[in-house]
Amino acid sequence: MIRFLLRKALGLVGVLLAISLVVYAVFYLAPGDPAQLACGEKCSPAQVLQVRERLGLDAPVHLQYAHFLQGIVAGRDFSAGTGLLHCPAPCLGVSYRSGEQVTDMIAARLPVTASLALGAMVIWLVLGVGTGLLSALRRGRLGERLLTALTLAGTAVPVFVIGLVLLIVLCAQLRWLPFPSYTPLTEDPQQWFWGLLLPWFSLALIESAKYARLTRSAVLETLAEDHIRTFRAYGVGERRLVTRHALRGALTPVIALTALDLGTMFGSAVLTESLFGLPGLGKLLVTSVGLIDLPTVVGLTLVTGFCVVLANVVADVLYAVTDRRVVLT
Amino acid sequence: MAPRETRAGEARAAAPAAGGRQVWRRLLARRTVRAAGLVVVLLVLTAAAAPLLTAVEGQDPTSYHNDLLDSAAGGVPTGSFGGVSAEHWLGVEPGTGRDVFARLVHGARISLLVAVGATLVQVAIGVLLGLAAGLGSRLLDQLIGNTTEVMLALPSLVFAISLMAVVPTDFSRPLLLTLVIGLLGWAGTSRLVRAQTLSLKQLDHVAAARLAGATRWRIARRELLPALAAPVLTYAAVLLPTNVVSEAGLSFLGVGVKPPTSSWGQMLSGATTWFRADPMYVLLPSALLFATVLAFTVLGDAVRTELDPRAASRLRVGTTGGPGGPGTTGEAAA
Repeated sequence: MIRFLLRKALGLVGVLLAISLVVYAVFYLAPGDPAQLACGEKCSPAQVLQVRERLGLDAPVHLQYAHFLQGIVAGRDFSAGTGLLHCPAPCLGVSYRSGEQVTDMIAARLPVTASLALGAMVIWLVLGVGTGLLSALRRGRLGERLLTALTLAGTAVPVFVIGLVLLIVLCAQLRWLPFPSYTPLTEDPQQWFWGLLLPWFSLALIESAKYARLTRSAVLETLAEDHIRTFRAYGVGERRLVTRHALRGALTPVIALTALDLGTMFGSAVLTESLFGLPGLGKLLVTSVGLIDLPTVVGLTLVTGFCVVLANVVADVLYAVTDRRVVLT
Repeated sequence: MAPRETRAGEARAAAPAAGGRQVWRRLLARRTVRAAGLVVVLLVLTAAAAPLLTAVEGQDPTSYHNDLLDSAAGGVPTGSFGGVSAEHWLGVEPGTGRDVFARLVHGARISLLVAVGATLVQVAIGVLLGLAAGLGSRLLDQLIGNTTEVMLALPSLVFAISLMAVVPTDFSRPLLLTLVIGLLGWAGTSRLVRAQTLSLKQLDHVAAARLAGATRWRIARRELLPALAAPVLTYAAVLLPTNVVSEAGLSFLGVGVKPPTSSWGQMLSGATTWFRADPMYVLLPSALLFATVLAFTVLGDAVRTELDPRAASRLRVGTTGGPGGPGTTGEAAA
């Protein structure tokens, strides 16, 4: 296990280095002069030169990349106007536009995306596993076929379509739900909950379709195994068979998939966030992309990439923890 | 080996040598497949005949009709259902007065072209790299394997948004969308093809070809590609609807197709500001997008259960290939 984790940690660093290299190469070789962008349209050539020097953009590209990496490991200093701006250890640079540190900007938005992802996760697990179990047990009946069709449709709707339709029906027409907004949990838990309820459901309805299909096939697979037949022959009740044994078969893939989905959610919540105007990481990305604020974009890509890679490792470990047949090497 | 590798890399048994005609007949015997097929055919026809259809209507997708908007209400179309009339079959766009029908049928073109194009790019890169990894030297295999790993870990939506924003706007947007979606989504295909190649390599006819002195290229072309067609086609059928969604999503975020060119995702992003005053304008592109993706998903699902014996026999299903691999989630065929 320890050796597995060490190897994975090394791989994680490798993948992140590769991602950062790709991102850096693409964005810093892209057309458009970052110094000009940072300075603004109306800057004189002298001012642009000054900005270029201040941001370290006058160095060759490979040195810039080295400085960028150095910033992540050891922090770096920027000369901001008159004084020095120190950017501590995991430094992802400074926004061209606002002059804020990218890590601070990301940290400020993280609670929003985390609230969105975790709340949606609770709903999609309940909905998805419940539906999947139900449709596995009622195989062949009308209700099951309806559920299967629904989950197929669920995998086909983009989140911004279902979100918009729910917004029109539940908020604008029926007025059952307030329009989505974000209030920090620490400020007002009740408002936090009601403001996020619709985004949670929009995300969860789509995600749960995947889980329903996964649970259904895993339960069916387990129920077809020999030991279940033996239990049944010994007179173990059907309900106990399902809750104690068949669900256990679904547990492992569902947990692993949850870890993966949570990891990718930090990047893929961008559609939900822009639809509902939630000020999370995705919203920050769209805004920064609009402003061509490269350090923020690079930082966000790295952080969301980190989440995905980490989620992969966590999923592997959870797989081994919940299913003893899997050996990590 | 780590569990994820075992799961994603495990070779699916090569598809049965059922004749194409037999598969067709079995597919067409299902009512859902026929319905989905009908939707797809209609869509393709609509997209192909878009200029003709708008000419019949007597409108075009780009001209503004300010006279049809209620300026007192902030630019909402006058008349019921978003300004439906004999001249404008599905009403006009709030704010601009552009004809909705014309924009929808032209949007179908973008949606289909980009999705199909991106799928072709994904499959081409995936097959090439997968074959190279499976047949090439160990070093090459490792290199391609690591690249695939990085591609899977890349937050593709985030990366696509950034790429779309960085490229200058005078570059053709639909082409750029095709390339970006295609270049970011080949990892699953490459993994599948590599695993298939490794298992196919063990077969007698491949060994015989090698002993007969066939080059790697010839083996790939003559011995492997025919056997790879079924699994790759299956996977492509699953990729297609996700590419439709990707295009719509990027255009929805405002980094995809730019006006005056129309796209369903872009119409929806405009709809977010109008949904209270003009719900019709939201519902039309939503319904079309939903119908398209659903039809492709149903078809992809059917093709997969027909061509993939593993899914059909419900043996060892229920694991996932990771975030980058849509549809690898095993589904028991009912």
